[in-house]
Amino acid sequence: MSWPPPRPPGAGRPEREYEKVAAPKKGRSASAQSKPWRSLALILIAIAALTGGMFWSGNTTPRLGIDLAGGTSITLRAVPEDGQDDAINPTNMNTAVDIMNRRVNGLGVSEAEVQTQGDRNIIVNIPKGTNSKEAREQVGTTAKLYFRPVIATEVSGPGTASPSPSASGSGSPSPSASATGKGGDKDKATSSSTAPSATATSQGRAVTDALKADPTPSGSASASPKASASPSASASAPAGTADAKVQAQYATLNCADEKARSTAGKGAKPTDTTVACGQNSSGLWQKYILGPAEVDGTDVKKAQAVFNTQNASGWTVTMEFTGKGSKKFADITGKLAQQQSPQNQFAIVLDGEVVSDPYVNQALTGGSAEISGNFDQKEAQSLANMLSYGALPLTFKEDSVTTVTAALGGDQLHAGLIAGAIGLALVVIYLLLYYRGLSFIAVASLLVSAALTYVIMSLLGPAIGFALNLPAVCGAIVAIGITADSFIVYFERIRDEIREGRTLRPAVERAWPRARRTILVSDFVSFLAAAVLFIVTVGKVQGFAFTLGLTTLLDVVVVFLFTKPLMTIMARRKFFADGHPWSGLDPKRLGAKPPLRSTRRRPAPPAGPVDPKEA
Amino acid sequence: MSKLGNLGARLHRGEVGYDFVGNRKIWYGISILITITAILGLAVRGLNMGIEFQGGAVFTTPKHTAASVSQAESYAEDASGHDAIVQKLGDGTLRIQVAGIDTDKADQIKEKLAGDLKVDAEKINAELVGPSWGEQIANKAWQGLAIFMILVVVYLAIAFEWRMALAALVALIHDITITTGIYALVGFEVTPGTVIGLLTILGYSLYDTVVVFDSLKEQTKDITKQTRWTYSDVANRSINSTLVRSINTTVVALLPVAGLLFIGGGVLGAGMLNDISLSLFVGLAAGAYSSIFIATPLVADLKEREPAMKALRKRVLAKRAQAAAEEELPAGGRTADEAEDATPAVVGPRNQPASRGRGRGRPSGKRR
Repeated sequence: MSWPPPRPPGAGRPEREYEKVAAPKKGRSASAQSKPWRSLALILIAIAALTGGMFWSGNTTPRLGIDLAGGTSITLRAVPEDGQDDAINPTNMNTAVDIMNRRVNGLGVSEAEVQTQGDRNIIVNIPKGTNSKEAREQVGTTAKLYFRPVIATEVSGPGTASPSPSASGSGSPSPSASATGKGGDKDKATSSSTAPSATATSQGRAVTDALKADPTPSGSASASPKASASPSASASAPAGTADAKVQAQYATLNCADEKARSTAGKGAKPTDTTVACGQNSSGLWQKYILGPAEVDGTDVKKAQAVFNTQNASGWTVTMEFTGKGSKKFADITGKLAQQQSPQNQFAIVLDGEVVSDPYVNQALTGGSAEISGNFDQKEAQSLANMLSYGALPLTFKEDSVTTVTAALGGDQLHAGLIAGAIGLALVVIYLLLYYRGLSFIAVASLLVSAALTYVIMSLLGPAIGFALNLPAVCGAIVAIGITADSFIVYFERIRDEIREGRTLRPAVERAWPRARRTILVSDFVSFLAAAVLFIVTVGKVQGFAFTLGLTTLLDVVVVFLFTKPLMTIMARRKFFADGHPWSGLDPKRLGAKPPLRSTRRRPAPPAGPVDPKEA
Repeated sequence: MSKLGNLGARLHRGEVGYDFVGNRKIWYGISILITITAILGLAVRGLNMGIEFQGGAVFTTPKHTAASVSQAESYAEDASGHDAIVQKLGDGTLRIQVAGIDTDKADQIKEKLAGDLKVDAEKINAELVGPSWGEQIANKAWQGLAIFMILVVVYLAIAFEWRMALAALVALIHDITITTGIYALVGFEVTPGTVIGLLTILGYSLYDTVVVFDSLKEQTKDITKQTRWTYSDVANRSINSTLVRSINTTVVALLPVAGLLFIGGGVLGAGMLNDISLSLFVGLAAGAYSSIFIATPLVADLKEREPAMKALRKRVLAKRAQAAAEEELPAGGRTADEAEDATPAVVGPRNQPASRGRGRGRPSGKRR
């Protein structure tokens, strides 16, 4: 392989031998002369079809990235919980993307896009004109979900500094799932780094379970907190279950105060009894004493908002538990069902905040449960999201947040376009000066290449979510050089052949196989670089690598299907074939040797002073 | 053009040319000198890592902000409690960098700044970077670099031969060292844009080298069947005959980058365009240099150690020394057979140490 056969000559062979070898080539090239039009037609049809597709799909411009269009781009990095490094896997990342997507777009931020990037990053792009701050809070929220039994609860306000947990009768709010759309507290986004209570099922298994079958018909058992049920009970047991410290915390806790709220129960381990706050359906803050977490967010396999048509309970949230989770859930609900209110309630605690506190009236053993209440669709979906998000043993950290105003984005786009135009113009001028008539072919090829790049980028916007950002523009501009170089390689080969004394048509055909190999090899290296960068790197580097790879591929297509056939056709024109001084192929100007004088193809190299004498 | 065309023709025919391979030691020396300087620069001065690699925030105010640089600096320091670096760009935009702040706090700082500077907070561009983000980008870049190098060496070893792969790798490392060294010495800020530019050099530097190698491979295909030229001679001719193309390629590659640099530096002041094009510009120049002056002579050096090539060199020199070739024929024929045997095993055995001294010592003595 290292010495491939096709081309004959060695150094210092007599010219006669060349002509012998050249003869069959000429014949072959003659038969190949019918092909150029076909290739040209092929690529022109392809361009026409792609352009047609572009107009048909209505995406006549490439989708612009945040840095060109303006908006906010947030890069989040997944951090696995201790000892669960395998939690970063495509399944989990996709779930997280899904949930974030619903959360962000649920805010009315339409067109926000959430994508994974690399193996552990999620990029959230929020276009200008939307409330990026709110979206950022939503996205940045770390979800740590626990199911804890309620030991005591009461409405908490500035005035109610009631010391004992037994005093609870005041203002009976409905305890039922009070999950409003609140996404949690922004300040807690990174705070909850509490150790997980082990036992978390791996997501992988959860999936296989899900694939097997729906374990039991869901809804067979249901926790149905009615909105009317009020926590009228005066707690009788809590004194025994909650220790004095927590009691004291509870007594002084004022959930109406935002600061107190955010520190309530901070740093509590899942196995501790703790205090927490939550907002009930009437908008009042309520404080809780909660027992140790009995069920973990990771025990939830799936949660869904369902519109229950059977018993007209409206929007409900169904949960499915994993194998271990359903056993734990059955245990806790069995225990809770025997208690009196409020101790028959369990609290769904997200990031230290109670998002729902349904009560239980029977043990729920089916591995699935339903939370009902006076949800509207949004509330139900929000709760379901939080429940499924909690199943991920991942937290997300903000790695970078870029806010670009529309004005700057426009400026950058403008600058990029000008830079591209200048670059292209400079290249064209250089080619024109150096290659004269030949540069017509080069410029036409560059234009075809540019058109293809533009159309494909426009089409890739909706197809794979490709967005043209500033690095991608840079990549495209840099690619002008690579594309133009392919022509240079070919033209130089042709000129070399002419210098050997050949006329244009055989020169064009003979130069092609050599130039082709060079172009393929060097484009392959370039493509390899782009592909490796695209796969391995993150963020801006990726956008750049993508454009570079795309343009390198297009370069090969254009050279094969456009430049070469065009060259073949042009070689038949008198202007080029006769070596007009302005054609760039004038044998005299190129210093072609008159055939008679040439005895050697390759004359003496200038290597040493000895050589010329000998040659 | 006609002059250039003529030059091309004469280069092609070998009437003019520069003895790249013969003078390789000079260029090796220069490269080693530059590389050492670059490494020293890296060690002593270190790289000026941008905010993306330290964690912090960059705020960019709208055009024609009234506040002066020192005002903005004190505002920013008040708001953040950290040191701030403020630059005023050409169009009156202020670029305020604050290192070491959390992404969480940046929003408050931005609002406070907006109040102090009397601009709408919505009109301030902000780039907030966590401390590990830049590190992550850099790590990924290194990882990509390593994977790419391995793949490309394997590919070149298959498509060409291991000596060329090795030489290309050396040239590549040479380019990257020089580029980072220049960054360290001049003190340009290193940003993700710089990393992108640097990574692009990978492709470009090799692209150029590969074209020269391709020509070299083609011309040396039947090298053992003749006795006129040594491998170094042919290598030199390959460089010279692709010189026009190398120059053209470099010019054509540099022109758009120059356009980017002009627009990035002149119009936008600073930013991604500028960063990418700056490192590209430096890297491309280094790449063009290394593929001509380093990579190919290195291949020739390595190749000359091969027994077949040493035999060839001996034959060529013998032939040159004694114009009367007739007496040499028997000897020539014998070594030719040996050479033929050795040819398929290009990646084969290294030469024996005993013959190395002789094989290398003689020709270079002769040639100088």
